[in-house]
Amino acid sequence: MPVSRGLVRFLGFVAIAVLLWNGCDRGRETNQQGGAGAMVTLHYFTWSDYVSPELIHEFEQAHGARVVVDTFSSNEELLAKLQGGASGYDVAVPSDFMVSIMAAQGMLAELDSAALPNLKALEPHLQHPAFDPTHRYAVPYLWGTVGIGYDSTVVTPPPDSWDILWDKRYRGRISMLNDQREVFGAVLRSMGQSMNTTDPTVIEAAKHKLIAQKPLVKTYASEHYDQLLASGDVVLAQGWGGQVARAMRDRPSIRYVVPKEGGTIWADCLVVLRTSPNKALAMQFINFLIDARVAARTSERLLFAASNREARAWISRDILENPAVYPPAELIPRMEWMGDVGKVMRTYDRAWTELKMQ
Amino acid sequence: MNPWSSSKEAAAGLCSRFGGWRLLGPGLLWTTVFCLLPMVVVLAVSLATRGTYGGVVWEFSLDNYRDLLHPLYGRIFGQSLLLAGMTTGMCLALGFPLAYYIARLPPRRQALWLIFIMIPFWTNFLVRTYAWIFILRTEGLLNTVLMQLQLISTPLDLLYSNQAVLLGLVYGYLPFMVLPLYAAIERIDPALIEAAWDLYADRWSLFRRVLIPLTKPGIIAGCVLVFIPSLGAYLTPDLLGGARSMMVGNLIQHEYLVARDWPLGSALSILLMLIVMGSLLWYFNAQSPQIRERGEQ
Amino acid sequence: MRGQGIWLQSISGLGIAFLYLPIIVLVVFSFNASRLSATWQGFSWHWYGVLWHDEALLAAAANSLWVAVLSTSLVVLLGVPAAMGLERLRGRGRQALETIFLLPLVLPEVMMGVALLLFFVMIHWPLSLATVVVGHAAFNLPVVIVMVRARLQKLDPRLEEAASDLGASAWQTFYRVTWPLVRPAVLGAALLAFTISLDDFIVTFFVAGPGATTLPLKVYSMIKSGLSPEINALSSVLVLASMGLVGLSLMFQRR
Repeated sequence: MPVSRGLVRFLGFVAIAVLLWNGCDRGRETNQQGGAGAMVTLHYFTWSDYVSPELIHEFEQAHGARVVVDTFSSNEELLAKLQGGASGYDVAVPSDFMVSIMAAQGMLAELDSAALPNLKALEPHLQHPAFDPTHRYAVPYLWGTVGIGYDSTVVTPPPDSWDILWDKRYRGRISMLNDQREVFGAVLRSMGQSMNTTDPTVIEAAKHKLIAQKPLVKTYASEHYDQLLASGDVVLAQGWGGQVARAMRDRPSIRYVVPKEGGTIWADCLVVLRTSPNKALAMQFINFLIDARVAARTSERLLFAASNREARAWISRDILENPAVYPPAELIPRMEWMGDVGKVMRTYDRAWTELKMQ
Repeated sequence: MNPWSSSKEAAAGLCSRFGGWRLLGPGLLWTTVFCLLPMVVVLAVSLATRGTYGGVVWEFSLDNYRDLLHPLYGRIFGQSLLLAGMTTGMCLALGFPLAYYIARLPPRRQALWLIFIMIPFWTNFLVRTYAWIFILRTEGLLNTVLMQLQLISTPLDLLYSNQAVLLGLVYGYLPFMVLPLYAAIERIDPALIEAAWDLYADRWSLFRRVLIPLTKPGIIAGCVLVFIPSLGAYLTPDLLGGARSMMVGNLIQHEYLVARDWPLGSALSILLMLIVMGSLLWYFNAQSPQIRERGEQ
Repeated sequence: MRGQGIWLQSISGLGIAFLYLPIIVLVVFSFNASRLSATWQGFSWHWYGVLWHDEALLAAAANSLWVAVLSTSLVVLLGVPAAMGLERLRGRGRQALETIFLLPLVLPEVMMGVALLLFFVMIHWPLSLATVVVGHAAFNLPVVIVMVRARLQKLDPRLEEAASDLGASAWQTFYRVTWPLVRPAVLGAALLAFTISLDDFIVTFFVAGPGATTLPLKVYSMIKSGLSPEINALSSVLVLASMGLVGLSLMFQRR
């Protein structure tokens, strides 16, 4: 039938166009075997504002590769994207507990420790982390604590407890992380519970405490709360230490405290995804990022502590001595790692949704 | 009726050799594959179960729809409907005089004003939303100006509130209201209005008894065009609401990309779609047959 | 005319001011030397320089242009014949098809994004820039169909008849008669589709894969990570670009 012939021809054209497009996209990534001339592309999936372009540039120059950076804004979003079939990423940066989840889901490739000589210089407490004691899947990259950033000219006396985030005097001037596990972590610690509790009644109680707090909260923000602190929009912010340290540069009256009940210690880790088309290059990239000098420059820029203990030698004193960036050693035992809570994750998901829906 | 489609002779053009179906085929296939089929998938997933870490387990259940009965979801939908309704109302209140004004200008200047209305519509939505963040935040432009004029002593809390979201929505969708209203008002014979002026004593009756009935289809079209996107809005509540207030769009995004409850997210999307379809049906029913005829031209 | 009372004028003026003030403010403050505050601290081109050297941003812009060009070409190739075909159909079938074709136009964007994401997952099509192109082509198809049909309905059918009476083949009729008449509408539709594609955030947000960070995604993450006059500068460039696009589309419609 002539009717179908034209249609078939047209569809053939569309299919070829799509395939070609898809093909050249893939081609850019996989033509590693193509020899010296071919440019390999490494897809790096990381937190927003977690890379410095110069470092990426240096790696590109040194390895004759192209690095394409895409960003996510929470561990959950990372997981959702990968579950959603985004399969071309090579290296990603999940946090500690998400490493366990992704490993359990079979999303991660085993690392080749021979290709990672810089692994030897990890900070002592990161050498055998509970989420991956033998570094089978993950290499700690940057680490730190979660605490409270506050404006010392407004919040007096200096707070020492998570309870300050429930203080009605600061209504509308509090920001919380837009991160379910961290927000629940804070409230659970303030209740004297583990932030990894799997007890549904405790989670329920935590949820109610958070709902009671919500009218006081100006915004749930994981990204720009350093600016909110610096501009005076908020005077109390639950946050990652390094980011609070960034706010200090613009407003010197900002201080950082880890409440006496303790808080999260975290490590964002470099992992290679199982579907990565360029695993060897991915290892080189990881090794590059945890090199002492490179890590030191990353730390200086982002104000998060480097996992490589030798990086300390290249980091300026005031950063090393800033408790928001490098937690004092005596603090570390008081901190708690976030863990994979397994099936209970769903309870947290639900509770978080309910909080956000209020 | 359109003479083209009814006349037999029209068959002389491309359609004789390239019959309607052959022209339609590729586009139809495209829409089927990349719009209808995905919707069927959403429907199917909404009837499945969620895996522990997310993903979909193909076990049939109506639980997701049962979950929708939870009063919290009702509240989100209620709040979204309210916000979308208020947005529509405010757009109408602001858009009607604007459209009327434009429609009564000399034709040359009409074109110019219409371009002015269209330019923001062509401007990136994120940029337009960002502009309001820049203006409304604590150290933003408005507070800075007000403080410098010494009208206020402490900055006002303007950003991250439902009012900010409402403002952003009205701002974002106002052109959608003005354009169809203009089209409707422009069609009115000026003589009719002149006559009405002579017959009715005051402006209000003129408005109520002449303008509204004559421009009803335009009003309804504008309302639908504003209501639908503001009901499903994601960016405005996210950026101007500070992730505190949620509208349906945010809830669906949240279920998909944060809570990873795809089946529940799908059920929510289906419900949203039903509401949208409902309002569209109402739209088509509200247009009288005679007007529908005119609309086809 | 009596209708143009003073209150009408002032409300309309207010409306236009409401539409434009925020944009003007952005453009003006993109030249502000200060980094954080909204107080004026002197004129500077600095942020445009920063913009020009932001490689990630330029890469995102390149992605956006690619997606817009490809998806627009696709919808024009699919949409123009579909509009002509619809015009030639009669009766019930036509109404049903119209509904199907116009569906993406009325679907909430979030729904469209979710549906495409699930669909791509189900058929195991890895998310990438290609899935973004497909997504954009899915929601832009009705735009082209609606605009081209509006033009086709105004055409005088006798023109095509005359052409075929004079012995023109179907292709000749299309190429010599129909196409020149619908070309402005097609160009206008293409421009609109192009703009919508450049502008789209939500569908892209759901279906973007590795290396598919488009300009709106990038701008979104910039806004999320805090205010910077660089965003003001970028906004000004985008405002200028959209004015250019409006100008272009008007030019096409004039002809």
